[in-house]
Amino acid sequence: MAAISIRNVDVVFGDSIKQSLALLDKGSTRQEIIDTTGDVVGVDNACIEVQEGEICVLMGLSGSGKSSLLRAVNGLNSVSRGELLVQDGDQMVDIATCDADKLRHMRTSKVSMVFQNFALMPWMSVVDNVAFGLDMKGMGKQERRAKAMEKLEMVGLSEWKDKLPHELSGGMRQRVGLARAFAMDSDILLMDEPFSALDPLIRSQLQDELIELQQRLNKTILFVSHDLDEALKIGTHIAIMESAKIIQHGKPEEIVLNPKTPYVADFVAHTNPLNVLCGRSLMSDSSDLEVSGDQWVLNQHDNTFISLDNEGKVASASRQELPLTLHHWHEGENIEQLAEGLLVMASPDVSMRSAIEIRYKTGLPLLLEENGRLVGMLSDKDFYHALLGRHFTVDEA
Amino acid sequence: MNWITENKLPLGSWMEAFVDWLTFNAAGFFDAVSVSLEWMIISMVEIFQWFPPFVPMAMTAAIAWWLHRSIPLVIFVVAALLLILNLGYWQEMLETFVLVLAATTLSVAMGIPIGIVAAHKPWVYTILRPILDLMQTIPTFVYLIPTLVLFGLGVVPGLISTIIFAVAAPIRLTYLGISRVPDDLIEAGKAFGATPFKLLYKVELPAAMPNIMAGVTQCIMLSLSMVVIAALVGADGLGKPVIRALNTVNISQGFEAGLAIVLVAIILDRICKAPGAKEEG
Repeated sequence: MAAISIRNVDVVFGDSIKQSLALLDKGSTRQEIIDTTGDVVGVDNACIEVQEGEICVLMGLSGSGKSSLLRAVNGLNSVSRGELLVQDGDQMVDIATCDADKLRHMRTSKVSMVFQNFALMPWMSVVDNVAFGLDMKGMGKQERRAKAMEKLEMVGLSEWKDKLPHELSGGMRQRVGLARAFAMDSDILLMDEPFSALDPLIRSQLQDELIELQQRLNKTILFVSHDLDEALKIGTHIAIMESAKIIQHGKPEEIVLNPKTPYVADFVAHTNPLNVLCGRSLMSDSSDLEVSGDQWVLNQHDNTFISLDNEGKVASASRQELPLTLHHWHEGENIEQLAEGLLVMASPDVSMRSAIEIRYKTGLPLLLEENGRLVGMLSDKDFYHALLGRHFTVDEA
Repeated sequence: MNWITENKLPLGSWMEAFVDWLTFNAAGFFDAVSVSLEWMIISMVEIFQWFPPFVPMAMTAAIAWWLHRSIPLVIFVVAALLLILNLGYWQEMLETFVLVLAATTLSVAMGIPIGIVAAHKPWVYTILRPILDLMQTIPTFVYLIPTLVLFGLGVVPGLISTIIFAVAAPIRLTYLGISRVPDDLIEAGKAFGATPFKLLYKVELPAAMPNIMAGVTQCIMLSLSMVVIAALVGADGLGKPVIRALNTVNISQGFEAGLAIVLVAIILDRICKAPGAKEEG
């Protein structure tokens, strides 16, 4: 079941929403609507399903409507039209139409939020800040403090419990923000650029912690970011927004490989593909290999050849007439221990990072095998292609 | 031009007619207010007077210590009060203190809720702003006259005039404080499911507290500045010897009474001001 189901949601800010929606239906642009009615279109006909346990990243530049959409999920922005269903036990609650009590119930027990600028209460101690949401829930002082301490321990700040927020560093403050959201024990977390205000090093550290916490606690996370590298790192799914519309929604690799519009392609071209791409999307297909006699040419210059058996399996390999040792590499195996001159065969799902490390260690191209058949090869040319952001332009051509 | 000067608008007469109408129709109400406020103030003064002077002195010193943990401040408070006692203005000082206390309490009790409403409803503030400006700019003597007519001679017209003059401070500063609460704190409150009431007293009021406290302190100072004027309509207190000294050109009495007012002002200011300022820093 989807944890969040956003169906044809429009969010318009202003006083003449009906008129603006009518203009939107006629196909007016955002700017035309501002000029005619003075209203700002935040989200235009968004449709996404976020499954339980998924980290869905809403990606886009500032003003693209990603925060507007996120804030609609817990009702901070009201939905002008459409359905926004959020899971509540066995049923789905429509945030767009539910009454104030239901909305409060959803906010106190189903959906919590982490803010870009932390939004901690400056007059409250760290532990009271973490307990803030529990207080709103109506929990007694002793109980909520105990629970807040538990969450502070989880983010490693229990020794700071009596400090005020301004005595903490940015990274620590956002940990408090995370603990406050986790204290609610809600299934869904909304994170509005939570790491954007932090130093790169702290940011990457908190990203790792978030991924680790998510794996342990299995929350559904809707995450807003303007940084594609961050989105690719933590997202299981990414939705890219441009001027209030969702223009592409898919898995990270799909987005990197098949950007739908030049706008997305531009984003993708500036990203680091190491953690995203896998061997299959980089490789030169085995059918493209040159054949010389009964052998296949891996590298013409130093006379590296392989020969296949009848089933398409790699039988032997040689370089400069000397036989090469074949090695089957499996995910998790230590790359450092591979000897130079080893011809490694791996699954096409090998990550680009591992593939490059293997190539670096052995000094030879990689062979990719699936179901006992050679499917492709990874050589320097393929890596350079990906690093230069050419992997998709090649696809398009 | 003659036509303009000859046909004078009867604005003053209208106001007079209105006050006459009030006196005639609502005399019972104003008398009741006057009697109950007067009774309240006089009995409070009596309670303070019942104690030997060192009891209020010790209490003030204790409050100063409790709020600020500063020995110099405690020494100053005790010395100042001893000086007032020595000059023979103890009774007047108590009367002034009670007047200021009553005016501030009533102003704050009215001002903070009005300020909160004004911050939440912009149209209320639009209406309120010219009224507040008016209350603070009309010379105090001008509204002293109708309050005198409505409430009779004594401490009550002084109290009412003081409130009219001082209530704007807590209203304005509460309004300012609440409307300046950062949006992300409000959003955080809402996102964690605060009801409008909880949002007010768990987020907005604490966040606005430095401003509200500044409003209270200002209100105290404004009330104190009305002491002499209140004495003109018969309010007891340190204003009375000042007026008497003015009428008899008595330099020494004027100086002593004036000094006593200044000392009360400094004590109140030092005791009230810092806690708010500290929170801000």
